Amino acid sequence: MVSIEGLYKKFGKNHVLSGLDLNINNGGIFAVLGPNGSGKTTLIKSILGMVIPDKGVIHVLGENIKKNPEYRHKIDYLPQIANFPSNLKVKELIKMIKDLRQYTNEEDRLIELFKLTPFLDKKLGNLSGGTKQKVNIVLTFMFNSPLIILDEPTTGLDPISLIRLKDLIQTEKAKGKTILITSHIMSFVEEVSDEIVFLLEGKIYFKGSISELKTKTNQPDFEHAIASILTDNHA
Amino acid sequence: MKTRFTLFLVILMTSTTYASPLEVCKRCPVSTLEEAISQSKDFDTIVVKKGTYKEHAILVNKPLTIIGENYPVIDGELKGEIITITADNVTVDGLFIINVGTSYTEDFAAIRVKKSKHFLIQNLVLEKLFFGIYIEKSSYGKIFHNKVIGDAVEEYNSGNGIQLWYSNHIEIEHNYVEHVRDGIYLEFSDDCIIKNNVSALNIRYGLHFMFSNDDTYQDNTFENNGAGVAVMFSKKIKMYNNIFKENWGTASYGMLLKEINDAEIIGNTFEDNTIAINIEGSNRIIYKHNNFMNNGWAIKVKGACYTNTFVENNFLYNSFDIAYNSKINDNKFDRNYWSSYTGYDLDKDGVGDVPYRPVKLFSYIVNRTPETIILLRSMFIDIIDFSEKVSPVFTPDNLLDANPLTKQIKW
Amino acid sequence: MLKILKYSFFDLMRSRWSYVYFAFYLLLGIVLLFLNNDLSKAVITLMNVIIVLVPLIGTIFGVMYYYNSKEFTELLLAQPLKRSSIFLGQYLGVALSLSISLILGLGIPFVFYGLFESSAIWDFSLLLITGTFLTLIFTALAFNIALSNENKIKGFGYAILLWLFLAIIYDGLFLMTLIMFEEYPLDKLSLVGTMLNPIDLSRTLILLKLDISALLGYTGAVFKQFFGTNFGLVISFVMLTIWVILPVLRIVFKSKKKDF
Repeated sequence: MVSIEGLYKKFGKNHVLSGLDLNINNGGIFAVLGPNGSGKTTLIKSILGMVIPDKGVIHVLGENIKKNPEYRHKIDYLPQIANFPSNLKVKELIKMIKDLRQYTNEEDRLIELFKLTPFLDKKLGNLSGGTKQKVNIVLTFMFNSPLIILDEPTTGLDPISLIRLKDLIQTEKAKGKTILITSHIMSFVEEVSDEIVFLLEGKIYFKGSISELKTKTNQPDFEHAIASILTDNHA
Repeated sequence: MKTRFTLFLVILMTSTTYASPLEVCKRCPVSTLEEAISQSKDFDTIVVKKGTYKEHAILVNKPLTIIGENYPVIDGELKGEIITITADNVTVDGLFIINVGTSYTEDFAAIRVKKSKHFLIQNLVLEKLFFGIYIEKSSYGKIFHNKVIGDAVEEYNSGNGIQLWYSNHIEIEHNYVEHVRDGIYLEFSDDCIIKNNVSALNIRYGLHFMFSNDDTYQDNTFENNGAGVAVMFSKKIKMYNNIFKENWGTASYGMLLKEINDAEIIGNTFEDNTIAINIEGSNRIIYKHNNFMNNGWAIKVKGACYTNTFVENNFLYNSFDIAYNSKINDNKFDRNYWSSYTGYDLDKDGVGDVPYRPVKLFSYIVNRTPETIILLRSMFIDIIDFSEKVSPVFTPDNLLDANPLTKQIKW
Repeated sequence: MLKILKYSFFDLMRSRWSYVYFAFYLLLGIVLLFLNNDLSKAVITLMNVIIVLVPLIGTIFGVMYYYNSKEFTELLLAQPLKRSSIFLGQYLGVALSLSISLILGLGIPFVFYGLFESSAIWDFSLLLITGTFLTLIFTALAFNIALSNENKIKGFGYAILLWLFLAIIYDGLFLMTLIMFEEYPLDKLSLVGTMLNPIDLSRTLILLKLDISALLGYTGAVFKQFFGTNFGLVISFVMLTIWVILPVLRIVFKSKKKDF
């Protein structure tokens, strides 16, 4: 699905990605983890073409993304911070995104699922962070693309919505889609992901399943496993 | 038209009562104007019928009335002067005179009046000419309703439309002159009245005074000439209600005043001229009730000009209202309306509470480096003009209108 | 791109800023007409105001919109859309809404005052065309500044500086240069100097209309050809168009290279 070779990127003097190689297969849920500033978002944005890498090649669905920008239509992306034009109404935003991308009627089901109906006529500037995130999720999942990238999808969500999000992710996975997630909530990652990719100092430190990680770090649970990587490397 | 008709009646009556009219036509016994003149007696009337008469050097040496019927053509075939009048009381009316000879030594004219009085030249059409109507050492004559159409291109080989030389008490009215060197030219000619003429598209001046005093010109229109009117070395000229329009070019003026004293310039309109009035060495002139609209410079003062007064004029949207090239000012500006005045009138008496300074610093800069004109209306220029206005350094300190009006003046 | 233009435009049309500008121009038009009581005089005053004010508003508003619509931009960037169309769409949205504020804001009072029966209608049209060009140019320059500066304060600073430079400082330097080299033939230099600054360029267009009498007083042959014929008008419009195209191209170029 996604293959990355020798990816380098620096912002000013700060080397964010330094020679990252990554291969993500078709199907399944992949969590990209790492401490703050390890390059998670940069990696995701590189895949999306929002960040132009200094060096390296990225293939998405077999296509070199530099040459063919059309691949973006096969990715649904949930941005990390749900910033929306504040004077648009929810309804208008959904309509606009549909207009800009393609026609879909999935949104009704998703609106229903996240109980957004009462907010449809409200302006986005007046919504709470959690509600905005729900809108964000609706916008992402209403299209039917083979690759879904979720950047911190759980931010601000209440427990019920979190459960629904998890269900949603599982349904999409069942359809055979590839889902890429970054998150700080370890329990969420542990619960949903099939495989994790751990970034450290701009490189892949670990890639494999959670049980493999536990074995490697010799820790009984996932959270401690992660913590031990961090303490080991910063000691 | 009415005057023409009555005049015609008068002529008809005089001719029937006192003399039998002598007819000139191609098949008549008398077939040339020259022959008719030689056969006629004093105070006879000669009627020239429609046709083309190839004649030149026609001498009118006795008091005659020569009338053209339906504009007969007198074709001079470029051989020289066409009609010369040397007697008093001659009337020439209704001829179409063409092809005057050009010379570099002699000023050939379509019609010349020499040392005569009480002449009347009217309803003529002059074309392809060198000089048009040339009045020489004559007086008490009238030049009325003629049309002079030249084809002048260069100043040195062209003549003037209507020229007065050492002639007094001449009336020039309702004429139309175009495409000659000077439309109307007065030299050493006093007490003349120039009224209701149109002088346009002339190479040099629409109207030109030299060493002529006590003349009046009014209600004329001067358009698109090299310069509208040039008044030079003359005294007591009255200039009323004329229109000066679109005299554009490097040395183009609506009016050029040089060494003029005691003149009155009242009620004129200056519109779209590069320089509306250019003044050099002129004193005691009254400017009143004139409209200066959309000119490059409304008034450009060069050299010594003293005791002139500018009262109750409208200065409307000129690029520069007044330009001075010296720091001394002895002229008075009072109660004018300046469209670029930005002061206020708190007591609502129609007079601005702050004096207006019509000379901008920028006009000095342009005077020095003409290319800087391209920066006109730039904000930077506005700023330096403003600072000059607040504390004058380059412009005469006392050059101001202490009573600028807040409304355009109507009269 | 057209879709983004549409959304940017509607977004702006419902933001209060467009109304503020619209109201500002409306007020300016009404006040000028009220104070002058004369259409053609109001047009002349307006011309002087427009060539300084429109660039200022264009730059400030362009920079402001760019920074304020970061969320919208991010949302669009998350969608499979071409970057150049995102930024061009936004740029055109801003430029058009500003132009419409200008045209309607000034147009309405003048039309009610009897513009169509007045001889000032051509001057007024020229004024609006010039104003629109300046809006297009300075909004594009503003977008360039904003695209190159992530720091909002810096961006605003540069924008103001740019305006200050082109509106005032440039002419000061220009004037000094002309006076310094006054012994040399300067007509070409002065025309070139004018072409290099869009504000001066628009000013020339206005000079051609208002001060042709004064301009024709100058002897230079190049000057004469420029101001005496339609040549000047054509060249000025061509240069204004180039002034729009160059910054827009840089927007496209810069937006392709930028990380978000």
